[in-house]
Amino acid sequence: MGQTFAEKVLARAAGVPSTVAGEVVDARPDLALSHDNTAAIWRIFKGIGQSRVKYPERLAITLDHASPPPTPKHAQNHAEVRQFVAEQGVRHFFEVGRGICHQVLSEEGLVRPGMLILGADSHSTHYGALGAFGAGVGRTEMAAVWATGELWLRVPETVQVVVEGTWPAGVTAKDFALRLIGDLGADGGLYSSIEFTGSAIRALSMESRFVLPNMMAEMGAKNAVILPDEVTLAWVRARTGEPFTPVYSDPDARFAAVYRYDARTLETYVACPHTVDNVVPLSAVAGRRVHQAFLGTCTNGRLEDLAAAAQVVTGRRVATGTRFLVIPASSQVYMDALRHGYVATLMEAGAVFGPPGCGPCMGNHLGILAPGEVCISSANRNFRGRMGQPEAEIYLANPAVVAASAIKGIIAGPNDL
Amino acid sequence: MLIRGRVWKYGDSINTDVMFPGKYTYTVTDPVEIARHALEDLDPAFAAGARPGDIVVGGQNWGCGSSREQAAACLKYLGIGAVVANSFARIYYRNAINLGLPAITCPEAVAALQHGEMAEIDLERRMIRSAAGEFTFPPLSPTVLAIIEAGGLIPMLCRKLGTQVPEGYSKWSEGGG
Repeated sequence: MGQTFAEKVLARAAGVPSTVAGEVVDARPDLALSHDNTAAIWRIFKGIGQSRVKYPERLAITLDHASPPPTPKHAQNHAEVRQFVAEQGVRHFFEVGRGICHQVLSEEGLVRPGMLILGADSHSTHYGALGAFGAGVGRTEMAAVWATGELWLRVPETVQVVVEGTWPAGVTAKDFALRLIGDLGADGGLYSSIEFTGSAIRALSMESRFVLPNMMAEMGAKNAVILPDEVTLAWVRARTGEPFTPVYSDPDARFAAVYRYDARTLETYVACPHTVDNVVPLSAVAGRRVHQAFLGTCTNGRLEDLAAAAQVVTGRRVATGTRFLVIPASSQVYMDALRHGYVATLMEAGAVFGPPGCGPCMGNHLGILAPGEVCISSANRNFRGRMGQPEAEIYLANPAVVAASAIKGIIAGPNDL
Repeated sequence: MLIRGRVWKYGDSINTDVMFPGKYTYTVTDPVEIARHALEDLDPAFAAGARPGDIVVGGQNWGCGSSREQAAACLKYLGIGAVVANSFARIYYRNAINLGLPAITCPEAVAALQHGEMAEIDLERRMIRSAAGEFTFPPLSPTVLAIIEAGGLIPMLCRKLGTQVPEGYSKWSEGGG
């Protein structure tokens, strides 16, 4: 019986010849991510009588979730994180303004095919876009990883998602992610490893590919992966000289389920309040009044996303009564967007830029909503209260739809302009 | 080992943002204060009304969304005895178990339990009892059981590392009422 990607990566990380779905192993992550929550993890770590991290070289830490800090308490939290970084000699530390953890670790070449990466962040599924096994964990267990270098993990069953055919114009990876979550539900991939394959997946740019594993956190997945091809390998090799070994599912690997899609049948979708699986075609909600349009996050804050938005707003103005927030996912994205002229185009249209980081995505700062307001966002979550205000509504869409909605002041697609 | 208390029943796909809003995640650190915000945007009456030993009941995918541990810790700090649901989001499940908060999957009990009624959970006999009857839940995996029996991942780790369990980290069976 062949093995899946998940079974192979976890076997290697656990130091055993093979694993099988359902088995629990003690796995040693190659990389352990934490962010603004590092100080809280440190308190747990010290509480269990520990003073030195076992493998500080395997830690990666970013300040991105409330960054730059909006209050004295947030500033104090960052100060504690910096103290930890200095004390433990953590080399992979990224300051305020460098960007969102998942984007930054990928750009820095710290994410490589075949790695096991555990992150104290639910969107750690992101790393599957580069052929790594990425999974989110909690704070207490991250303290355990710091202390022992390992953690108990159940080997997940694998669900294969096959997308063949060509993408219709204007339909993006985000639209497919929303469609899939809408079809299968917010728990449609619970505890599973999601494996994307097919000609339509291979046709996606590296930037677009990040969207799919990232969004699978919203379907309950443990991890999600696009197995490496020449696009992946070229992207990784351009960013690191470190060796790596790509891992692939065997041809006779066992999948718990297989879902097939024809890309030609897909359209533009929107996730409506207050759940990510409340998905409808754009046409069903077009015309809804929008107070804020937000382009950014680890899901859709990359150069390609800013380019799509710039193309939509060229020569146009953001609607009166609507504000358009743009927050690049990283300083690299921001600089590249400057060089390409996207920043000027977006600002000329009336967009306001925020510093690279998570922005208002999880309700800390930089774009909190008022009661009764509606936001259309390129992010990954639209839960009640997510952006700091339980009486506000959040719609999720692709970057071009977010930009077009900013221009019109209502939910709209680029073709409606 | 018995857990006995009132049932607080909620629906499907209850996410961590309504359990413990993101705006508090880096600023609210004291357990008492974390408990005070428990389920704030889901049920504003919960934190003030819940008593040690009470049982939280949810539908499908309880705790979906972010990895924030406070979504489970707020219940633990309030003294909630257990969470019973049709299914759990995976990080929430891990967080609950690692904190020593029993997370029990039992759709039959979820269907029968009524908001506000008294119920009892016998962990050893894998039994949930209420006026509606008795419901058996499936055995927990040996790994999960070992963590719960140790009182959480921290006490288990301390034993392994030969260090002292932090003060106030009481076993759920002692603190759960």
